[in-house]
Amino acid sequence: MIRSHCLLAVVLATAAVAVHAGEYAGRVKSSRGDVTIERSGTRIPAPVGTTVEVNDQVRTGRDGSVGLTLRDNTLLSAGPNALLILDRFAFDTTTHAGELEATVQRGTVAVVSGKLAKESPESVRFRTPTSILGVRGTEFIIEVIGRPEE
Amino acid sequence: MRLCFSLGILLALAGCASERVVLLPSKDGRPSEVVVRWQGVEHRLDQPYASATRRPFVLSRTATSSGEVGELYGTTLSALPERPVSFVVYFLEGTDTLTPESMASFDRIKAQLVSRSAPEVQVIGHADRVGSVADNDILARTRADSVSKILVEAGIPADLIAVSSRGEREPAIATPDGVAEPLNRRVEISVR
Repeated sequence: MIRSHCLLAVVLATAAVAVHAGEYAGRVKSSRGDVTIERSGTRIPAPVGTTVEVNDQVRTGRDGSVGLTLRDNTLLSAGPNALLILDRFAFDTTTHAGELEATVQRGTVAVVSGKLAKESPESVRFRTPTSILGVRGTEFIIEVIGRPEE
Repeated sequence: MRLCFSLGILLALAGCASERVVLLPSKDGRPSEVVVRWQGVEHRLDQPYASATRRPFVLSRTATSSGEVGELYGTTLSALPERPVSFVVYFLEGTDTLTPESMASFDRIKAQLVSRSAPEVQVIGHADRVGSVADNDILARTRADSVSKILVEAGIPADLIAVSSRGEREPAIATPDGVAEPLNRRVEISVR
């Protein structure tokens, strides 16, 4: 009962429509253990070098961890049993305008903010299932525990 | 029925999740801040190791430490990609020839490419504030293109290189518009 409502919440959250879907946003720089990316309903393994696109859902298994560098030099990493969704990403290399929005559904994610947060902090947002984070030139950790694994 | 459903959602949220946000010291010393918002409650984290924890129905400020962060989040932190590193090259006046010191930095760039996983090279052109913004976008792009060519000639694979132009938007030395400044006529080579 409780579990199914958790799942429902996850499904609703991940069903949110993302703009810029499929756009190249970054690259996998470290990958240990079980790491996959779910893209357009298909799960693919995500070794070092894999490109990350808008709308990707990055998952790690029990022994997994992953590190990503986005095009604006934002660094992200996720520890074991994590689900990180890149909801929105756009970055103009000339003006540094754009946006970054990502959701930590479960697990632990570390963030080192990049050029977007430096140029326009209001364009960078991180979410958890219940909270929203605003960011200003920052390194931080987001931890979401007790969410169900599917 | 509806009440039961709402109650179910509340129980689900209460039962299945807690969240925590921890601000870390910023490595480059820039001012650092995270604002955590949850249902109208807001916590501003602006000191290293300040943290906010959301347990069922409560968002509270909690303290943590470097040791605790290492213990709890060491695996996650060690998966962070290596930080990007930048090299700046300058041109001999009135030419598209790099200064000898600039050429010498190529070996260090190559060493970075060997040591990093899935390396990428960003070649970013900059201009001073003589001329229009649009003209400087083109000028800085031309500079970046010529550095990109030199990098390829020096043996750096072309498919790792992306060229862009910041024009006059990011001067190394701030000046009023129209001022010639050699240190702003540069190309940044960033490896990540």
